[in-house]
Amino acid sequence: MTAATTSVTTTAPPPGPISRPVASGPAWLARDCWTEATRHLIATVRNPDLLVFATIQPIMFVVLFVYVFGGAIVVPGGSYVQFVVPGIFAQTVLFGSAFTGIGIAEDMSKGFIDRLRSLPMYPSAVLIGRTLSDLVRNIFTFLIMLAVGFAVGFRLEGGVVDAAVASLLLLGFAYAFSWVQALLGLSVKSVEAANSAGFVWMFPMTFVSSAFVATGSMPGWLQAVADVNPFTIVTNAVRALYNGQDPGADLWYSIAWAAGITVVFAALAARRFASRSRG
Amino acid sequence: MNPTPSPPPAVTEPATEGRHALRAAGEPARSSPAPPASGPDVAVVAEGLVKRFGATEALRGVDLEIRRGTVLGVLGPNGAGKTTAVRILTTLLRADGGRAWIDGIDVATHPRAVRARIGLTGQYAAVDERLTGFENLRLVGRLFHLPNGESKERARALLDRFDLADAAGRPVKGYSGGMRRRLDIAMSLIGRPSILFLDEPTTGLDPRSRLDMWSLIEGLVAEGTTTLLTTQYLEEAERLADDIVVIDHGRVIEHGTPAELKRRIGGERVAVTVGRPPELALVPGALGSVLTPGAEPVVDEEALTVEIPVAGSDGVVPAVVRLLDAAGIEAHDVAVRRPTLDDVFLELTGHAAEDGGDDR
Ligand SMILES: Nc1ncnc2c1ncn2[C@@H]1O[C@H](COP(=O)(O)OP(=O)(O)OP(=O)(O)O)[C@@H](O)[C@H]1O
Ligand SMILES: [Mg+2]
Repeated sequence: MTAATTSVTTTAPPPGPISRPVASGPAWLARDCWTEATRHLIATVRNPDLLVFATIQPIMFVVLFVYVFGGAIVVPGGSYVQFVVPGIFAQTVLFGSAFTGIGIAEDMSKGFIDRLRSLPMYPSAVLIGRTLSDLVRNIFTFLIMLAVGFAVGFRLEGGVVDAAVASLLLLGFAYAFSWVQALLGLSVKSVEAANSAGFVWMFPMTFVSSAFVATGSMPGWLQAVADVNPFTIVTNAVRALYNGQDPGADLWYSIAWAAGITVVFAALAARRFASRSRG
Repeated sequence: MNPTPSPPPAVTEPATEGRHALRAAGEPARSSPAPPASGPDVAVVAEGLVKRFGATEALRGVDLEIRRGTVLGVLGPNGAGKTTAVRILTTLLRADGGRAWIDGIDVATHPRAVRARIGLTGQYAAVDERLTGFENLRLVGRLFHLPNGESKERARALLDRFDLADAAGRPVKGYSGGMRRRLDIAMSLIGRPSILFLDEPTTGLDPRSRLDMWSLIEGLVAEGTTTLLTTQYLEEAERLADDIVVIDHGRVIEHGTPAELKRRIGGERVAVTVGRPPELALVPGALGSVLTPGAEPVVDEEALTVEIPVAGSDGVVPAVVRLLDAAGIEAHDVAVRRPTLDDVFLELTGHAAEDGGDDR
C-alpha cells in the first residue's frame, strides 16, 4: 500500500466522483497571473481615489520644483525643467511601487490569500499578478506625468527611441521595487504598517540623489552616499536619454540594478509568501 | 507491506463504538486501523495530526475520517484546534506530524491535486470586497481553470441558488454578513468540489440567517456533497452532521453519531418546577414513562425543580403535563433543556468549554 499512499495514482479506482487533472504549464501560469492582475485592475478602476491621489502628488511635485524652487536651483549645463522632470518621473514611479506592499498586506489581513491558496491555481500568480497590476497602474500614472511634463515645457530632446528606452528603464526600475514592497507587505502585520514601511525609506532614497539637485552641491559625505544610490544611477541614465546625451555606463548599471533587485527580491518574497501562508 | 502508521491512541481506547461509527459502512471494527485512504467510501482520512505554533500545541494527534456523502461535524470551543485541522486538510498549513488524505491523495505531497477537489469556506469570509458578487465567482472559476463558458454558467446558477441574483452586480462592500457568507460558500462550490470544508459557517450570523444557512447546507448535503463542518454549537452539529468529533485542546475527546453522543451526555432534559417541596419527590415516579431508562433525576430543592433526562423531545411537554395532572402534582413550569456545548464538555472533560485553550 506504500504506492497508494504516496502517489496520486492509486491502484484502487479513482476515489473522487470526477477525475480532475490539474491544469499546469506556462500558459496556465500566465493565465493565472493575468486573472489575478485583472482582479486588482478592476478594483482600481472602480475605486479611482488611489489613482487620483497617485496623480495629484506628482503634479504637485512638478509645480513645486519647477516654479517654486526652480528659480533658485542652478544645475550644470542648462534648463532646470529638463533636469528635474526626469527626476520627478523616477520618484513618481518608485513611489507607485509602494501600492504593491499595501495591497498585499490588505489581502493577507482579509484572508483572501487563504481563499486563493485553496484553489488549484499557481500560487506564484498571487504575487506576480499583483506586481503586474501595479505596473499597469504605474504606466498610466507615468503617461499622465509625461503630459504634465510637456505642459511645463519639458521636451524629449533625445528623440523617440531614446525616450522609449528611458521610459522602459523607469518602469522596469519601478517594477523591481514592487518586489521589494511585496516583501515588506508580506513581512508586516497590518496594512498601516505596510504603508509606513513602504514609504519611510523612499524619502531619503529619492532626495539623497541626483533627482532634484546635482550631487556636487551636497556636503562630501552625503555626495558619496548619493553617488552610489541606485536611484541616482537610474535618474542619471534616464535624464541623459531624455536630453539626447550619452548615458554611458549608467544605462548598463541601472539595467543591472533593476534586474538584480527583481531577481533577489522576487525570490525572497516568494519564500516569505510560502512560509507565511503555510505556517 | 504494511506501512500503516501505528494505531493512534484514540483507536485503542475503549470507546470503540464511536470509532466504529466513523468507519466506512460494512467495514468491520479491527484491532489495527485500515490502511489510510483505502476504499472509495472514505473521502477524508487524517491520522495523528500534530501542529505546534511556538509553544502552543494546537493539535496533539487528531484522527478523523469522513465517509463519502456524509457530513462530519467537528465540535469544539474557541482555540480547540478546529481551524488548524481544517487548514491542514485544505493544504494551507503543513502538519508537524501525522498525515492526511483527501480522496486518497496526500495533502502534504500533492497539494494542487487536493486543491482541485476541495472547496473551502474559511472562518472569516474570504471575498474581495472591491469586486461584485458575480466577479468574485468568476474569478474563482477562472482560477479553478474552468472553461470560460462553464464558469459563467456556474456563477449565475450559484447566485440564483444562494439568493444573490439581485445583488450580483453590486460590489461586495455593501453586502450584509449573511450575504457575504453565502457568497463565500458559493465561491467554494464553483469547482464542484468533491469535499466541502465549512469552518464555523454560522458564527456571527443572526438567528434568521443561521436558519437560512442551515437549510442551504442541508440542500448541499442532500445532493451528496461530502462535508466537514466545524462549529461551536451542539445544536448545529446535531442537525447537520452524520458523525461528530468533539475536540478539545487539540485532541479528539469523543466521536460518534449525534444519537450516540446524546446518549452519552444524557440528551434532552425536562425541568419541572413544582409549587411545594413534598411534591419534588413524586415527580420522577409520575414521569416514569418518558424518563430515559436508568437515568438519574436531578433535584434542586431551593428552586423546587426536578430535572429529568427524557428519551425524546417530540411531544414531551404535553405528555409531561398530562402525566403530572394525572398524578395530581401542580406544576408551575415545564421546560425542555437541550444540552449545550458546555454540558458536553462538562460531561466529557469535567471542565467547561470556556476553560479551553488556556491550560497547557
Ligand atoms: N498562526 C498561529 N500562530 C500562533 N498560534 C496559533 C495560530 N493559529 C492558531 N493558533 C493557536 O492554536 C490554537 C488552536 O487554534 P484554532 O484557530 O485552530 O482554534 P479553533 O478551534 O478554530 O478556535 P475558534 O473557535 O476560536 O476559531 C489556539 O490556541 C490558537 O491560539
Ligand atoms: Mg477557528
